Amino acid sequence: MTQQKRPKKSVSFAIVGSGGAGALTAGSIVLEAAGQTGWYGMMNRSVGPQIRGGEAGALLRLANHPVDCMNAEFDLLIAIDWKNVERFSAEMPVRPGGTIIADPALGDVPEIVTRSGAEVKLVPIKDLAASVKGGRANMVAAGLAAQLIGLTEEALTEIVNARIGAKGEAAVANSLACARAGMQAAAELGLGNTLEIGDAYQQEQGRWLITGNEAVGLGAVRGGVRFAAGYPITPATEVLEWLAAALPEAGGTLVQAEDELASVNMILGASFGGRASITATSGPGLSLMIETLGLAVASEIPLVVVDVMRCGPSTGIATKSEQSDLNVAVNGFHGDAPHVVVAPISVADCLYTAQWSVYLAEAMQTPVILLSDQALGQSRVVMKRPANLSFVGKRKTYAGASADDRYLRYALTADGVSEMAIPGVTGGQHTADGLTHSVSGAPSSSGVDQQEQMDKRRRKIEDFDYGIHWGETFGEGKTVILTWGSLTAPAREAQRRLAEEGIAVKVVAPRLLAPFPHEGLEGALKDAERILVVEQSHAGQFRTYLRANTDLPGEARHFHRPGPNLIGAREITQQIKDWVNQ
Amino acid sequence: MNAPTLNAYKAKDYRSEMDPVWCPGCGDYHVLMSLTKSLAELGTPPEDIAVISGIGCSSRIPAYTNCYGFHGVHGRSLALATGLKVARPDLTVLAMSGDGDGFSIGGNHFLHACRRNIDITYVVMDNRVYGMTKGQPSPTTEPDWDSAMSPGGTGMSPFHPLVIALASGANFVAREFSGDIKSTTRTLVEAVNHPGFSFVEILSPCVTFRPDEREWKNTVHKAPVEPTDDPARAARRIMTDDGMNTGILYRGDRRPYHMQMDEPAAEAPEHLDHMFEI
Ligand SMILES: Cc1ncc(C[n+]2csc(CCOP(=O)(O)OP(=O)(O)O)c2C)c(N)n1
Ligand code: SF4
Repeated sequence: MTQQKRPKKSVSFAIVGSGGAGALTAGSIVLEAAGQTGWYGMMNRSVGPQIRGGEAGALLRLANHPVDCMNAEFDLLIAIDWKNVERFSAEMPVRPGGTIIADPALGDVPEIVTRSGAEVKLVPIKDLAASVKGGRANMVAAGLAAQLIGLTEEALTEIVNARIGAKGEAAVANSLACARAGMQAAAELGLGNTLEIGDAYQQEQGRWLITGNEAVGLGAVRGGVRFAAGYPITPATEVLEWLAAALPEAGGTLVQAEDELASVNMILGASFGGRASITATSGPGLSLMIETLGLAVASEIPLVVVDVMRCGPSTGIATKSEQSDLNVAVNGFHGDAPHVVVAPISVADCLYTAQWSVYLAEAMQTPVILLSDQALGQSRVVMKRPANLSFVGKRKTYAGASADDRYLRYALTADGVSEMAIPGVTGGQHTADGLTHSVSGAPSSSGVDQQEQMDKRRRKIEDFDYGIHWGETFGEGKTVILTWGSLTAPAREAQRRLAEEGIAVKVVAPRLLAPFPHEGLEGALKDAERILVVEQSHAGQFRTYLRANTDLPGEARHFHRPGPNLIGAREITQQIKDWVNQ
Repeated sequence: MNAPTLNAYKAKDYRSEMDPVWCPGCGDYHVLMSLTKSLAELGTPPEDIAVISGIGCSSRIPAYTNCYGFHGVHGRSLALATGLKVARPDLTVLAMSGDGDGFSIGGNHFLHACRRNIDITYVVMDNRVYGMTKGQPSPTTEPDWDSAMSPGGTGMSPFHPLVIALASGANFVAREFSGDIKSTTRTLVEAVNHPGFSFVEILSPCVTFRPDEREWKNTVHKAPVEPTDDPARAARRIMTDDGMNTGILYRGDRRPYHMQMDEPAAEAPEHLDHMFEI
């Protein structure tokens, strides 16, 4: 590994067009080529609800160092067309002095885009595409971006070959001709090398290109999952699609269910059969699954439910991110039903947290809900190769009758976890039941059994040693940004910006949400004088959750709003500055 | 896994020590007897059998067997059984529930389980009433049956489980009467042995909320014909019968759901990592 002393640099840009125009493909190709070149980066997508003909934006941030969140402002915006731009322009503001590249044939650049004071450059994107037989404007856009950030034609060629190769030689040649035309046009814009990223800061081997949803799938398989069932729902479907292809390679399988009531019961059945199991859904699906999650608590069957959150309630904005399923995940069960809720804090962490979830579920024989969101799930990142964790789910099972002692499925144990007999084991026969039961599993309406079994289920969840994994703290300071999930990355970016201005802040993000990580979180906050709670929820679910479980020290403020406009580093920085400089 | 040794088991080997909660005279006692007899006849060790149910009087049945059991939530026995069978194709899996559980709250799963054609046996103990919740009309209840919740009757056309099973792709369709233990036992054996999704409706009187069903022992009759493998003929027969014909009515040869699961790998294969490398 060569360490070059170079300043960190990142460039943020967006390629927009109507759905089907190929903006997302162009973005993916540039991201992958950047990865090949040795850079890091991430791409998020902003798409409308329509399948075709809506709006689509590829939002990219490329850098010579690892990045795990988007910038709040963009250096460059390339428009294949302006269709519906008013719907999402707020998600990709171009900074003053930034550049907008548009096709003169599209007419005036909408005022909503130029308002910030960005400079407009005109490039006849459509005509350039039309000059190539079968040419497509999105590849011209990819060429424009590539040239401006300093990607080579070779890097682009390699990725186009890999991605479009299956469509035939002509398609590859046409795409490359369009990209070259775009590169040429960009070179003639006279922007110089202002947007170039330059050499990689760290050239590491074995970097990965992965989305949060894929990372959840891989983490699950690494953790031991061999069965999945699911019903398609945006933005969680890719978890299921990835597992459908991957599980057979590990001797497992995925069943497409008729609805979420079925998918959660299928994984319950498979897990009862001894296979670590998972499903993935979004808010509406989680609501449908809740009754059965209560059964999983009562019958003590491990399973993992991934909720890739989107704007709710109801169908809300299905393609965009929000952190508003915390309440239902933590408190949505009927009855008293201790269970585990966890949330990854970055795209890379989706892998670790998913793997950990399987481990937790199996170790405690409990349902675990993993709260991801659209911003994590559908972001594609170039990241360092992740380490392989040792977390592999292991269940305490019953080996079979040795003497003539009777097997007790729900025996009261010190740690609350009892031996689970897996079908096929002689002498382990029992009926898993949602009815209150005695230690043997026999239905019971006795107050003693209800109390003892409740105590046991609570004990196994609350006394478990979650270790250092309960959450992450970054930096030191008496001013704390307390957040969770996908907002952890912008909070850290704000932390870096504030440090440059001499303001030290600490970022605290719990990965374990239920049971409440008293020791870890309260320890991390104990010296805090100011705590800014940041979340993407209109109601402020995270703050309510914090206040219900602990007393925050010092003074607390709250910065929150619903999706789809994601809270970014710039705003968090401003919030802290306004407070500290008051 | 234990290799089945023929005739090594007796019906009582499949019966747990638990006393059923059912009312005296409830048809479900007979279903339990037929079930344990058929399992003994099949000779599969109890630990290699799983009985999965939902909620209702009838759904209490798993705990009365000495097999592995799951008493799940209301209406989802088929989904649970599906997951179990796909994950553990080596097990004999039966789903057993009531007409409310299976055709009302769980109706959607019934259609899709028939379509999916997984090698499980589905037994519905049909008493044409919600027993456990004390006497409300179910999807198979007559439209003019009076009750507190639907005074004067629902006015709704009763659900025809056998026709629906057939139309949805079930591979084996039969109707039995709980009181005819011999015939029910034989049909259950055949249902379990038949590949794919086997559906057996057992008319099982609720003596408490449908005392009129005590008459069933006089009104049921054997289907006058041999089982067919032609769904059109089977449908015509079932559509035109009086709902009291018993016996195996259809035996199909649709290929069961493809079980992809092998012995699961202990570790995640490394090449899954490679697909993300750049
Ligand atoms: C989600 C849910 N809704 C309602 C109930 C109440 N419930 C319990 S059993 C039952 C009906 C059972 O009828 P059926 O399946 O015909 O079985 P039977 O008792 O007649 O054997 C109902 C509605 C429940 N347990 N769960
Ligand atoms: S209420 Fe009806 S179905 Fe339930 S146990 Fe009594 S007789 Fe049987």
